[in-house]
Amino acid sequence: MKCSRRSFLKKGLGSAIAASLPLSSFKFLSPAEARAAVGDPAVRWGFLINTYKCTGCGFCVKACKKENKVPYDLPVTRTWVERYVVTRDGEAHIDSPAGGRDGYTDPKIEGKEIAAEEITKAFFVPKLCNQCQNPACVQVCPVGATFQTEDGVVLVDRTWCIGCGYCIMACPYGVRFFHPVYKVAEKCTFCYHRITKGMKSACVQACPFGARQIGDLKDPDDPVTRAILTQRVAVLKDEYGTKPQVFYIGLDENVR
Amino acid sequence: MKNHVLRPLFAAMALVALILTARALMVPSDFGVHGKSFTYNFYRAGAVSDWKNFPVSYKGGGSCVECHDENAESLAASRHQIIQCENCHGPARNHPEDPETLTINRSRDLCLRCHADLPYPGSLRSELPAIDPGEHNPGEACVECHNPHNPNLEDME
Repeated sequence: MKCSRRSFLKKGLGSAIAASLPLSSFKFLSPAEARAAVGDPAVRWGFLINTYKCTGCGFCVKACKKENKVPYDLPVTRTWVERYVVTRDGEAHIDSPAGGRDGYTDPKIEGKEIAAEEITKAFFVPKLCNQCQNPACVQVCPVGATFQTEDGVVLVDRTWCIGCGYCIMACPYGVRFFHPVYKVAEKCTFCYHRITKGMKSACVQACPFGARQIGDLKDPDDPVTRAILTQRVAVLKDEYGTKPQVFYIGLDENVR
Repeated sequence: MKNHVLRPLFAAMALVALILTARALMVPSDFGVHGKSFTYNFYRAGAVSDWKNFPVSYKGGGSCVECHDENAESLAASRHQIIQCENCHGPARNHPEDPETLTINRSRDLCLRCHADLPYPGSLRSELPAIDPGEHNPGEACVECHNPHNPNLEDME
């Protein structure tokens, strides 16, 4: 075998570099791990809903519609509150008249009278855009009109949306709708104009009972992050793999 | 090569040039991938600032206290302190310039949002003081008797 000085030095240098690499550099990183390693300074907005505290007053829905200028009397809303009444026979009675905008003042559900002694559990569940880490609605947009910001909020570019409605179909949570005035896709923005100014979202501010909270999931000292890390929380439709960032305390199997 | 063979090629090239020119003219310069993923971060950068510039309507109780400190003090002593001013008084927007006065919602329905009796075990709703709207002075406005800034029944005139 012939070994020139040049090839010996080349191979020697190559194997020295390879030997100096630690084994960990060959490990596959998950996208989250890679991001953490790169050191992303941006915030990641997340939401926490405590269903035990929600009283179904609907002030959140009212505030959202007025803050974001969603047509008040049309059957569209960015956030809504659902009522679940489970009776002794195991049946769940569910309604959300006008998205709960005017609160729940009538014990009747869709005209049905339910006796108090028949109710085993009953509760209210506020819903809004989950601002998913893997948003299905963004994947399907054919023109790049909807997107995820660096701080994790999914927005719609009203000047760019063509109103095809693919995203409204793609969202597993049904949070998107067609804006009757602007004729484009519309959705909850976590009140992006408020949270980027250091304010709370309109629904969070309007809630008298603290059932809704918004926070930065990248800040371990944020009360929302701490609650998500230390308490028993769940997300909606986890099986879809969209990685929703709205967490619920006290979620029930009847809630879909 | 014969001209009639090349002609479709020239036509195709002209079409491509036309499409590229139209795209350059119509697509804003800040349109592109802004972030780590083509799938989720392909957008017009100006759209983010468009949303950031959306006007704020609900200013929060902190801005009310600056002028209405007496009302804020009386409210702070009552159980209704957890309710935001703007839930009943309406969004402040640019008050006092625009609108000069806010329209107060004094309706019975507003109070019933929390105080209509619903027997819901496991929900905070069942722990709130509640009435049966059909029995408790039906049709009357609650504010005729109850002071919303101090709903304490013992202080009620």
